[in-house]
Amino acid sequence: MISGKVWKFGDDINTDLMLPGPLLFATEEEQKRAVFAANRPGWVDEVGAGDIIVGGLNYGMGSSRPAARSLRNLGIAALLAESINGLFFRNAVNFGLLALECPGIYAAFEEGQTAEVSLKDFTVRNRDTGALLKAQRIPAMLLDLMTQGGLYPHLERQGLIEPKAVDN
Amino acid sequence: MPGMTIVEKIFARNSGEEHVKPGDFVVVDVDLAVMLDMSFLATERRKILKVHDPNRIAVVFDHMVPAADKRSAEAHAYGRDFVRRFGIKRFHDVGPEQGISHAVVADRAYALPGTVLVCSDSHTCASGAFNCAARGVGAPDLLAAITIGQTWFRVGETVRYDLSGRLPRGVSAKDLFLHLAGTWGHHTNQNVEFGGPALPGLGIDARRTLAAMGAELSAEFATFEPDDRLIDYVRERNLAPFTPQYPDEDARYVERRAVNLDDMRPLVALPDAVIGNSVPVDEVAGEPIQQAFIGSCANGTLEDLAEAARVVKGRKIAPWVRFLVTPATQAVFSAALRWGYIATLMEAGAVVTPATCGACFGGHMGVLGPGETCITASTRNFKGRMGDPSARIYMASPATVAASAIAGQIAAAAEITGDSA
Repeated sequence: MISGKVWKFGDDINTDLMLPGPLLFATEEEQKRAVFAANRPGWVDEVGAGDIIVGGLNYGMGSSRPAARSLRNLGIAALLAESINGLFFRNAVNFGLLALECPGIYAAFEEGQTAEVSLKDFTVRNRDTGALLKAQRIPAMLLDLMTQGGLYPHLERQGLIEPKAVDN
Repeated sequence: MPGMTIVEKIFARNSGEEHVKPGDFVVVDVDLAVMLDMSFLATERRKILKVHDPNRIAVVFDHMVPAADKRSAEAHAYGRDFVRRFGIKRFHDVGPEQGISHAVVADRAYALPGTVLVCSDSHTCASGAFNCAARGVGAPDLLAAITIGQTWFRVGETVRYDLSGRLPRGVSAKDLFLHLAGTWGHHTNQNVEFGGPALPGLGIDARRTLAAMGAELSAEFATFEPDDRLIDYVRERNLAPFTPQYPDEDARYVERRAVNLDDMRPLVALPDAVIGNSVPVDEVAGEPIQQAFIGSCANGTLEDLAEAARVVKGRKIAPWVRFLVTPATQAVFSAALRWGYIATLMEAGAVVTPATCGACFGGHMGVLGPGETCITASTRNFKGRMGDPSARIYMASPATVAASAIAGQIAAAAEITGDSA
């Protein structure tokens, strides 16, 4: 069971809002600080590890940039949205961000309420209202990657890529 | 069992499954994995210890070309090393064979009909014009494709667009895209498939524009039905054998939509989004602009440059307007020189840059400052996309952008050229 405080964002939240172009060449730490700087300045100071984002339709449309990594680095426990762009979903798998499509989620939550996510039966419950929603199931292979640090550790274990050197 | 759509058939072929349907999860062989200069950035790269098959890899430098700063120069040097280390033959370094990756893949017909192609750039779907199941993936996905030779796909529902008629003079595939995005909105988790009697009259460049913009529909794949024109194009450029994939007659579509190209008119997307944001050009005509840009994988084709040249021929751009044109590849640049388009554009006052993703992603060679207004024929108009987040980015066809550069404000091409719409 994963539970966390909900932050709400609307439809068509794009990758550039999560990871602005000028930060593409920056460090992960700098990128993390720029999440939603254009549409919700100051949010990165309010959000805490373990919090949950609830989004609307077409969450994450846009670029292949690792925007999902910035959410993971902020400690976001789950992204729950009405629908999720396929490329953003891939990067959620790639970088180990739990991301579930959950029809009805946007109307079921007010910001600040607590969401409980069960990966046993793919349900989401609003702890404050008791509302229970079904999330779309994810193939086991993808869920494993999402919840176990993403694709790089998997490639490292197979000796296909070198573990990342610690930055000096 | 119902029949399969184009991408379902390609997935079946490359996964060894007999039948693939929406909702399935497939692991497929990747026929071509395309790496970019961005793949080698020091902050993002991982050291690759082995590759699955160097002949299934192409390396194209495109985002920061020629090297725009020390970071991109270092990434280029690292990438050259990688190419030498693993004996990658298809390498497109700064020089006459360089360009925006999706456009190089098109010029060379690397994207073969009926195959799977991945690249860590969202507009990889551009190769769908070649009847290819091509999509943008993340950088880790790309490393998996390079080292393991495979990737995964969730199979989405497919929307079929049956195109009929012919685009009127001065109306382009970009206007058709703006019509689709304005009318039907996003296609999250869906594939789009294009076919119909309009295809023979729709050039390869126009198909590439439409397929590239599939990313802006938020579609999974944007794939064209093959026809003789496409197959001839590929055979002239690539000797490798291929098997085009046609949809089954009883293919199952979530929806079929008929679009008559005769009815298309010039449209403009208002700033910050293209989904449900298109208006006729007349509605925003008169909006002053400081920059007009034509380029990117979507609109840097020879056909796009020809159209821009046609509109500006014998005219001068307005004072205080910067008109930037970026051919999608150096080969397109050369061809446009031979055809006289570059001279026409430059005589009108355009600045023609080398091939790069450059201004389209706000990287270099045309970044917008605070409060500026730009009209662009490129891929994306998200807030902050081309530079400062307070800049406003209108999106339109090359003809409309060229006309706006002449007028100094958003203008319909027909107003400038005197053609009837």
